[in-house]
Amino acid sequence: MSRADVLVSADWAEENLNTPGVVFVEVDEDTTAYDGGHIPGAVKLDWKTDLQDPVVRDFVNKDQFEKLLSEKGIGNEDTVILYGGNNNWFAAYAYWYFKLFGHDRVKLLDGGRKKWELDGRELSKDTVSRPATAYTAKDQDTSIRAFRDEVIAAIGKKNLIDVRSPDEFVGRLLAPAHLPQEQAQRAGHIPTALNIPWSKAANEDGTFKSDDDLRKLYADAGLDESKDTIAYCRIGERSSHTWFALHELLGYPDVKNYDGSWTEYGSLVGVPVEKDV
Amino acid sequence: MCGAPAQAPELPAYVDVTKETVIYGVVSRDGAPVPAAYVRLLDASGEFTAEVVTSATGDFRFYAASGRWTLSVLHRDGSARKEVDAAGPGLVEALVVLS
Repeated sequence: MSRADVLVSADWAEENLNTPGVVFVEVDEDTTAYDGGHIPGAVKLDWKTDLQDPVVRDFVNKDQFEKLLSEKGIGNEDTVILYGGNNNWFAAYAYWYFKLFGHDRVKLLDGGRKKWELDGRELSKDTVSRPATAYTAKDQDTSIRAFRDEVIAAIGKKNLIDVRSPDEFVGRLLAPAHLPQEQAQRAGHIPTALNIPWSKAANEDGTFKSDDDLRKLYADAGLDESKDTIAYCRIGERSSHTWFALHELLGYPDVKNYDGSWTEYGSLVGVPVEKDV
Repeated sequence: MCGAPAQAPELPAYVDVTKETVIYGVVSRDGAPVPAAYVRLLDASGEFTAEVVTSATGDFRFYAASGRWTLSVLHRDGSARKEVDAAGPGLVEALVVLS
């Protein structure tokens, strides 16, 4: 896997807006962003209402995913280019999700919506509709998804990477600071976790740093390349960004995203928590 | 609006400003508010804590904690940085001018 297999530049995207078999998909936390202007031809995915089960705290299942992609007009043979706000957090989350359900032809737009806007590239308010498809998904590939018991068992054994901001890691904040802080769960982090904020993997315009810079970042922070790795954050979206850097860009073989993340772990009864404030 | 104090931000009803440290303000350039500017909140060590995009009226808002923070703003027409000192819970206003 190389960078070109998983990332496209804004220039490439602009040249391929009308290429048959290429589907642009915007994924946001704030889905009003899409309505205010999106990449021409892009369809919208809402990370919460489209990708999460409405009742159980879990993803949509295989059948629901098939229905969703069929309705959006995304076929099995299409190359999906994901992008979004928040420095591609939710686009990276969707990327991981597409991989989870076995869609290999998926790439991220480097820099996402932010770089596209900072470059002053075209945004459209046109309604986008694509003819429905008959999409078929595979069973979830849990080799890239970690669950809570596995995370507890990994303490002191695997690389645990907490990609939240330092203030969330030490327990001073409970959520990224664009969200209110009153939350139910305890503050702090999983013992033995390294704090390597997701943002260190990105430039200020939202693009990923070079492979050499990324490798140095994780090595300097203490990542042991001989061990398996689990990344987590608060709800699993920022850790998808780091999962992408480690697994897709750097090619580390065994990297999982713990999507339960701190909102689950910090609510578990009796598990060890470290807090530094 | 020159010289006039910015309006207090409209906060969701469930936000308790006796507990939350709300850093808020407007990004402007040549006296006009700047929508769609990317505002980053950096902690005392310069590390990313959050990012928002300004509204149609140039407004931004963060829920932080007490301490020293830096706002770093990017827009296709300019950039800016501003230091913010939040003494404790409550509203902390920060007006940012792009150059």
